[in-house]
Amino acid sequence: MSDAEQPTDDHGPGTDSDDEFEPIQVFPEAEEMDLRPGADNCYKCSTCDTNCPVAEVDDEFPGPKFQGPEQWRLKRQEDQDIDDSVMKCSNCMRCDSACPSEVPLSQMHNTARAEYVEQNMSKFSREYWRNRMLANYRTLAPLGAMFPRTANFVTGLSVTSWLGEKVMGITSERDLPEFATETFREWWTKRGGAKIDNPDKRIAYFHGCYANYNTPEVAKALVRVYEHFGYEVMVPDQSCSGTPMFANGMLEDARRATETNVSELAAALEDGADIVASCSSCSMSIRQEYPELFDFEGTEDVASNTWDAVEYLRVHEDLEAALADASVDDERFEDFAYHAPCHARNQGLDGQTVELLALIDGVEAHDVGDSCSGISGTYGWKEENYETSMKIGEEMFEHMEHADAEQGLTECPTCSMQMGHGTGYEITHTLEVLAAALLESEPSQSPSSAD
Amino acid sequence: MAIEDDVLVIGGGIAGSMAALSAAEHTDRVRLVTYKQSTLRSASGLIDVLGYTPDGTGPLADPFDALEDLPDSHPYQRVGTDAVRDALALFDEITGDAYAGDHTETNALVPTHGGTVKPTARYPAATAAGLASDDRDTLLVGFETLPDFDAPLAAAHLEAAGVPFDTRGVTLAFPGIERDDAKVTRYAHLLERNESITMGTTTTGAREALVSLVDAHLEDESRVGFPAILGDDHADEVRESLADALGVDVFEVPMGPPSLPGMRLEDLLYDALEDAGVRVTSGVPVVDYDSETVAASETATADEVAADGGSDRETPGDGERIDRVIVDRNGTEIPHRADQYVLATGGLVGKGVRSERAGSAENDATGVVFEPIFDCHVPHAEDRYDWFVDDAFGEQPFARFGLESDRELRPLAADGTLEFVNLRAAGAVLGGYDFAAEKSGAGVSLATGYVAGKRAGEEVGE
Repeated sequence: MSDAEQPTDDHGPGTDSDDEFEPIQVFPEAEEMDLRPGADNCYKCSTCDTNCPVAEVDDEFPGPKFQGPEQWRLKRQEDQDIDDSVMKCSNCMRCDSACPSEVPLSQMHNTARAEYVEQNMSKFSREYWRNRMLANYRTLAPLGAMFPRTANFVTGLSVTSWLGEKVMGITSERDLPEFATETFREWWTKRGGAKIDNPDKRIAYFHGCYANYNTPEVAKALVRVYEHFGYEVMVPDQSCSGTPMFANGMLEDARRATETNVSELAAALEDGADIVASCSSCSMSIRQEYPELFDFEGTEDVASNTWDAVEYLRVHEDLEAALADASVDDERFEDFAYHAPCHARNQGLDGQTVELLALIDGVEAHDVGDSCSGISGTYGWKEENYETSMKIGEEMFEHMEHADAEQGLTECPTCSMQMGHGTGYEITHTLEVLAAALLESEPSQSPSSAD
Repeated sequence: MAIEDDVLVIGGGIAGSMAALSAAEHTDRVRLVTYKQSTLRSASGLIDVLGYTPDGTGPLADPFDALEDLPDSHPYQRVGTDAVRDALALFDEITGDAYAGDHTETNALVPTHGGTVKPTARYPAATAAGLASDDRDTLLVGFETLPDFDAPLAAAHLEAAGVPFDTRGVTLAFPGIERDDAKVTRYAHLLERNESITMGTTTTGAREALVSLVDAHLEDESRVGFPAILGDDHADEVRESLADALGVDVFEVPMGPPSLPGMRLEDLLYDALEDAGVRVTSGVPVVDYDSETVAASETATADEVAADGGSDRETPGDGERIDRVIVDRNGTEIPHRADQYVLATGGLVGKGVRSERAGSAENDATGVVFEPIFDCHVPHAEDRYDWFVDDAFGEQPFARFGLESDRELRPLAADGTLEFVNLRAAGAVLGGYDFAAEKSGAGVSLATGYVAGKRAGEEVGE
C-alpha cells in the first residue's frame, strides 16, 4: 500500500490497515484529488531534495519538496499556475522512498505534471507532440516491428537522428533501440502458447513494450524459467504500463492504457493467475501508480496481486535452493556490473539480484552503487535533457568501469540503454541469467541476438 | 515460503545498522529491512555519548563518569557502560580514518552552525581542524544562498561563548550557484566534479574559483571553516585540495538538515553492512506479524526492572514468539521469517513511535502513544495535555516516550512481562531518555544497537 493510500498516521492499534481506500478520480480535473493530508505530513526535512538526481546536477530544478507539497499549497491560491520546472522532474520516484514522513511525492508530481500539460502546454507545440510520441512508444512500435530491418536501417541513419533532433527534439546522441525481427508475442503464437497446463500454478505475464518489441529474449527467458518450475504461463492482451505517460504528464493516455490493462489483468486473476512483470517500471506502475491515480473496477486487486517476476519465484518457490545447486559455465554470464533501477529500489528490490546471483556457481554480480542511471525512460531521450541525463549517469558509468566486469546487468529497459550508451557494454537482464543457470540443458539465447 | 533469515533487523539508522553489524559477527544470515530513509539525513554526523546529565549539568568533560549515575530506566543503564565502550570500539573499526576522537574518553567541543559548542565523543575527520579547544584563529565562510549558516553571527556567538581564539565570519557568493534554493547536494557535486564555471570573462574550476574568493578575505587565520557542503563521496579530496590551495587547514561546520555529514555516515554504515554480508531490503515497511505462544520452559525470565522506581517483576509462564513479519511491497505482502528480531524504527521523528487522538470529539483531550508494528507498550499519560510542558526547553515528557525493556533490551508489556521472547529494541524507539537535551542520541543508538544485535546473533547459535 502506498503512502498516498494511507496519507495520515492511521497505523495505530485498532485501526484496520485493510480499510477500503477510495481513490479519487483524477480526470477530468486532476486538482480535485485531495492531497492535503500528504502535504500536511511534510515537515520540511529536505531528505527528498538530497535524493533528487536532477537537483544534484542542475540548480534550475527546485527539487521534489517544492514540486510536491510546497507547490500544492501555492496552488490553493486561485491565480497560481504550475511551475514549468515540473517538466524537469525525471519521475525516478526516489523521493518517494526517501521521505521519512509519508508524503506521496510522486503522486503529487504526477498530478502537477498532468495539470501543467493540460493547462499550460500548447497542444500545437513541438514539445507536446514530441512528448506524446515518446510516451506512446507502444503505439508506434508495432509499425517498426512490422518491418524491423527497414526500421532499424532507417533509425540507424545519421540523417534520421539529425531530423529527429531538429524536427522533434529527440537527442541525436543516442542510438534508437533496435527492433527484434520477431516480437515475443509472435514467437508465443508460433510456439502455440503455454507448454504447461496447470490450474494450480498460473501466472499472467505482463511483458510491457520493450520485452515484446525489442528484447524478446528476456520474455522468453521468463517463460522458460516459469515453466521450469511447473507454471502455466498466460500472456494476456495488454497495453503500455503507462510509465512513460505519467512521466510526460499525459494522464489521459495513461488512463486509456490502464483501463485496458486492469480489465485484462483482472480477468487473468479470475482465472486463478498471479501477475508478474519483468520490467521494474511496469511492476512499479501497476502496483503503485494505478491505485494512486485511477479507480477502475479491479485496480486494487490487480495492484496487490502484481509481482516482480524474480521476487514471485523467491516467495513461492525455493528459488534459493534451486540456484544454490545451479552453475553457469559461460563467460558471458561470469561477471556483471549490476545497476538496480530506481523503480526496483522503490519496491524494495534493490538487493535482490545481487543476493540471488551470489548463490549461483560461476556468476558474480557487482553492485555499482545506488546512483540513478539518469535516463529515466523518455527523459534522457529529449534533446534538452540529454546533458543532465549524462551528468546524472556519470557516477554509475564510473562505478561500472571500476567494477570487476565487462558487461552490465539490470531489470529496466531504459537503464540498460543508458548503461550501454555510457560504457559500450552488453547489457543483460537478470531473468536471462536465471534461465542460463536453471536450464543448462536448454539452449540459451545470446543477449545480443534476437532471432 | 517466506524469505528466511537468522536475524531480521527492522530499521536502517544508526541503531539498526549497528544491530545488523553486530549480529553478523555471530551468525550468517542477517537482513536489515528499512522503510524510509533514516533520520541520519537530518543528523549532524557527530557521535555523542553524553553531553549533559538529565538534570542539565554540563557540558560534561568525561561522559563515562556520568553514565554510572544515570537513572535505572535509562537505556545506558540497561546495557551497562562496558557495552557503550564496546559499541564505540566497533564504530571506530567501521569508520576508520573517517572519524576522529577515539584517542580519548573525554568529550571534544565542536562548533556548530549556530555558533554554539557541542560536546561530542566522535566527530568526522572533516570537522577535526575546527575544534573549539584548538586556540588557532579562525575564519568562518558562509554563502549568501545558504542562509542556514550566517558566518558573522556564528563567529560572534563563538566569541561570546568564550572560545580561546579570535574568529571572524564573512559571507560570499558561491561560485557556480545561481539560484537561492540550490540543494546542498548541488554544492557538493559542483566541488566534487570541480565543474567548469564562468566568472566574468574567465572559465575556471569551481574549486579554484572558491579558493580565489576566500583567499581575498583570509588575513592571518590559520584555519577556515565552511558549512558542511564540501563534497559527498569524495569529501576528503575536496577538503584537502582547498586546504592546499589556501595554505591553511580547512574544516566543516556541522549543519542542520539536510546534512551531508549524516549522509556520509549513512554511506559508511551501509558499506560496512555490504562488507559484512548483511542483506538489505529498503523502501518497504514491515506492517504486520504472526506470533505463537511458547511454553514456559522456553522463555527466559526478565530481570528486575526499575523503570517505575524499582518493583520486581517476573515473567509468568508463557511467552509470545514472533514467527514471521509481513513486509508490504507496494501492496504485495511478503512474509519474512527469522529466528530473532530487532526493532530499531526510531522515535517520534523517525515514526517508530506514533501518537494520535483517542477520541473523535472536538474537545476530547485523550490520546494514545503507540509502537505501530508490534504494538509494544509505550508508557504515556492519557491526557494529551500532560505530554508537554509550557517551557519549550523544560523537561518535556514526550521527549522520553518509547519502549521499556529488560537488560537484554527485550520490550516489556505494561505488566512487566516480555512482549515477545525473540524481539529486542534499539535506538530512539526506546524510552526513558531525552537525547536532544542530553546529547546522547547517537551513543544510545550505537550501544543499544550493538547489544541488541549481539544478543540476537548469539541466541541464534544457542
